[in-house]
Amino acid sequence: MSDYNVLIVEDSPTMRQLIAFALKRIRGVRIVEANDGVDGLKKLSSERFDLILTDINMPIMDGLKLVSLVRNDANYKAIPIVVITTEGAQEDRERALALGANDYITKPIQPTKILDVAKNLLRIV
Amino acid sequence: MQKDDERLVHSRGEEFLQVFKKGAEFTQELLRENERLRFRLLELEKSQISGEPAPAAELKKLNERIADLEQEKQEILDRIRHVEEENQDFAARYLEIEDENNNLANLYIASYQLHSTLDFKEVLQIITEIIINLIGAEEFAIMLLDEKSDELQAVSTEGIDRSEIPAFRLGKGIIGTVAQSGENHFASDFDSYERDFSAPMVCIPLKIKEHVIGVLAIYKLLMQKKEFAAVDYELFTLLAGHAATAIFSSRLYSDSERKLSTIQGFIDLLTK
Repeated sequence: MSDYNVLIVEDSPTMRQLIAFALKRIRGVRIVEANDGVDGLKKLSSERFDLILTDINMPIMDGLKLVSLVRNDANYKAIPIVVITTEGAQEDRERALALGANDYITKPIQPTKILDVAKNLLRIV
Repeated sequence: MQKDDERLVHSRGEEFLQVFKKGAEFTQELLRENERLRFRLLELEKSQISGEPAPAAELKKLNERIADLEQEKQEILDRIRHVEEENQDFAARYLEIEDENNNLANLYIASYQLHSTLDFKEVLQIITEIIINLIGAEEFAIMLLDEKSDELQAVSTEGIDRSEIPAFRLGKGIIGTVAQSGENHFASDFDSYERDFSAPMVCIPLKIKEHVIGVLAIYKLLMQKKEFAAVDYELFTLLAGHAATAIFSSRLYSDSERKLSTIQGFIDLLTK
């Protein structure tokens, strides 16, 4: 039984591994991976999650659409969402936060940053 | 080695924390003892004033004890200060090791991914992912050397149309020179750099030992990526070696697969 269930939605397997590696420092974390927004929604419906980390640019369904759908669904709207993306413009950040993302991290990937943000949203001291 | 260092730092940190706690407890004890003796001294002085004769030997003894305790207290305070300074050093070192660990993990995952497939297109895709997600490049090209024509041609691009990248002669211009010399090229000033396909801001040779099979040319970084960190140079080194090997082996594998299927076709024709 895991203490924290985290969903990583990212089309790049390398990125998924890097994010998962950073999060594995959290004791009791269980990581589930999804290739895109649709896959992410499918995984969301199958079990309870404590945190979602999503990329923006993905095939089939992008991360912003996923954020919007999660925030408008009564079953999932309380789950914190972190967007991890290459899009570094302020308007992209504001857009994601306005749609309901709790935090916004830009690439290149920094494991420490991801870990800090995840711990904060999972309320781990 | 890294883990041993980290464990050592951790156990030393714990050890100092224990010393620090014991020191603090001992100081508290000394302060209480000091207070008790002062009170006793005061009582003796009072009794002296009130006419009762204080035993001079006892008074002297108490004064000496106070002086000893004061000295001990000072020594402990000095020790605590020293331990605190050491703790700060260890905390800084711990952060440094944590960073190094993260960087090593990134490098490990990148190289693991690079060698996870023998599919040429997939290898190029993984190299592209590493360059975007770990280095933070927005526009770049992976070029391979055609040893028959001595020309470098783009086989994969990101942020640029592949047809826009011309072929470059080995030994000519920045790209050709990097491919010939096997030395990295970095533009002198990234801030003022303007995209020029023949003069990338960064050009890294892809080589197996000293044999260059191609180059990676970066033309633009992500807007949030202002400069290269130490780990980026490690990544460039990793890409130079591992990406080249991965490309080379996947190409060999594809070629042999193709040949095998041709031969199999002939065998099938002959045996049927």
